[in-house]
Amino acid sequence: MVVRALKDEGVKYIYGYPGGSLLHVYDALFQQEDVQHILVRHEQAATHMADAYARATGKAGVALVTSGPGATNAVTGIATAFMDSIPMVVITGQVMSHLIGEDAFQETDMLGISRPIVKHNFSVQRPEDIPGIVKKAFHIAESGRPGPVVIDLPKDMTTPTERYPYEYPQHVKMRSYTPITRGHSGQIKKATDLLLTAKRPVIYAGGGVIMGNASNELIELAQLLNFPVTNTLMGLGGYPGTDRQFVGMLGMHGSYEANMAMHHADLILAVGARFDDRVTNGTDKFCPTAKIVHIDIDPASISKTVQADIPIVGPAKVVLEEMVQLVNASQQRPDAAALHAWWQQIDEWRQRHGGRYRTDDSELMKPQQVIEMLSKVTNGDAFVTSDVGQHQMFAAQYYKFNKPNRWINSGGLGTMGFGLPAAMGVKMNFPDDEVVCVTGEGSIQMNIQELSTCNQYDLPVKILCLNNQSLGMVRQWQDMNYESRHSQSYMNSLPDFVKLVESYGHVGIKVEKYADLEGAMREAFALKDRLVFMDVAVDPFEHVYPMQVPRGAMRDMWLSKTERT
Amino acid sequence: MRHIISVLMENEPGALSRVVGLFAQRNYNIESLTVAPTEDGTLSRLTVTTIGNDRVVEQITKQLNKLVDVVKVVDLSEGEHIEREVMMIKLKASGQMRAEIKSTCDIFRGQIIDVTPTTYTVQLVGASDKLDAFINALGSASIMEVVRSGVCGIARGEKVLSL
Repeated sequence: MVVRALKDEGVKYIYGYPGGSLLHVYDALFQQEDVQHILVRHEQAATHMADAYARATGKAGVALVTSGPGATNAVTGIATAFMDSIPMVVITGQVMSHLIGEDAFQETDMLGISRPIVKHNFSVQRPEDIPGIVKKAFHIAESGRPGPVVIDLPKDMTTPTERYPYEYPQHVKMRSYTPITRGHSGQIKKATDLLLTAKRPVIYAGGGVIMGNASNELIELAQLLNFPVTNTLMGLGGYPGTDRQFVGMLGMHGSYEANMAMHHADLILAVGARFDDRVTNGTDKFCPTAKIVHIDIDPASISKTVQADIPIVGPAKVVLEEMVQLVNASQQRPDAAALHAWWQQIDEWRQRHGGRYRTDDSELMKPQQVIEMLSKVTNGDAFVTSDVGQHQMFAAQYYKFNKPNRWINSGGLGTMGFGLPAAMGVKMNFPDDEVVCVTGEGSIQMNIQELSTCNQYDLPVKILCLNNQSLGMVRQWQDMNYESRHSQSYMNSLPDFVKLVESYGHVGIKVEKYADLEGAMREAFALKDRLVFMDVAVDPFEHVYPMQVPRGAMRDMWLSKTERT
Repeated sequence: MRHIISVLMENEPGALSRVVGLFAQRNYNIESLTVAPTEDGTLSRLTVTTIGNDRVVEQITKQLNKLVDVVKVVDLSEGEHIEREVMMIKLKASGQMRAEIKSTCDIFRGQIIDVTPTTYTVQLVGASDKLDAFINALGSASIMEVVRSGVCGIARGEKVLSL
């Protein structure tokens, strides 16, 4: 019944790892060909693969893990998806229902463990409920503000010798769950009127634009009004990275011009963003002169950390569409002279810092150079997944994402070990596209066992490892806040990555000089059907800048090791 | 400020733990909590009293609304409402204390619901501050045990919390 329901839901791939409580389900999987199972090497990777599929397509990914340790290994992946509002259905095996609560072998209370990190969870108590629960799980995961849903499945709910009536529901109706489908027209009108009178506007767009499939509407509105756009870490690609109106990412490691523009703005249009602490810096000093219009599908995200002047609850796509119509219908346009002056100011900021970094203070390559080269070699069109740390920030800053759903990283939870399984999940579903995992020598080792899965399923992803022989972001903080006491942030026992990947049947390339970088990258991408690991030695002393000064305003930043705003 | 939040939710296993878990997870405070099925057996009504500023209480109601099992949420303290709590209190009662307790009890319209030669058990119904006042008024009487139901509340007038 489980496999049949997944098939009826249109699921092609599920990612998982078998175990005692799921043997009936795995036996059912074996006897059909519609739903293909991908065997990972660790359950965390299964959840990240499912998650990345969802990030790339907007549809819920599916993971299948056994009870006990299988389920607890999946917890990090579930929490990762939860923090970034990613639709996912995770089916966890469970011991027989009569054993629940008796500390049976491989029993854990997965409903209890997962409760704070899921949108919802279900426990199957009657086998005939399976189709209905599966349908509801997908509906809840994908609608409204998306999120992961767990289905806990006791082994005796899947006994193959028992037969039950099966009907896969066409629709779901739940009186307690009715996601909003449009915004309040009065509020949208009020907000649009405000947009038309703005003198120093900024559009601040987040992951809601990506998951809400609202990129086109965002571009249309921004270009209609000639407003600058900044993206959050989760929103990159929502507005084209090479467009003149794009001022870069904002926040802790946001661009100088984005953070300055936010601070001095008189109007902020926030779309599908949640005023996260990594964006706002000190909320008491946040954008002192700005009126805030906040569009979000989740009312709880509005006025949670920063008070919105005009809240609009609704899907970004529909609300932006309505705004575009209202602007088109109106004779009024924002004050052209004021907007011109605003753009002059922004361009001046852009000139002043604009992503500069030094290349003359080290013999080694700069990580920024490596990402810029990647952006050039792939034309800003690749799917880029990343792990967590300095390399993630460099990728976010220097890769010019021109399309949505192509930048795939763990923004909210900050999960090291996310990048490689995420790249695999994307490659599996987009075999003809370039998929690159930007990682570091620290993060990659958190799920490096998946090189084996790549071998089994021929997943020719590219891995770009910015190897600085240290946990770079930890070390940066230690440099800045702990008088360079590098406590546990140095890695002096690294494997030879080239030999390591070769032992898994893949190709490894070591790059030590900038002069060799472009050639190595082009060579790696030319090997279409092979996984290539590029181990790139970069300056271990480099820091990510700009970096906001803790608890300051948006404009308070370190611009380099010596310059401050 | 103290708020009384009423929640109508699916009467399903795990629903209560989601509500309680939410309060713990997001660091909201629970002063009291009561829950029981309604006249419609598929629905439970939960009343929680909490203390927080407007922003916190706004978040609480929004976060409660997000729970999939929750059907409706209302902050009763936003309008005219009635709140009641039941208390049973067991007191040492011998000698002249018996008369004294009895008269305090009458003033508060409490009922003595169980009697032994040395104890009284008093039942009192009212708003929480009335129950507090009764405890204070008992003066030197010695309290053996107190059990309170937690607050339940209902809006005044025509307003109802239902499907």
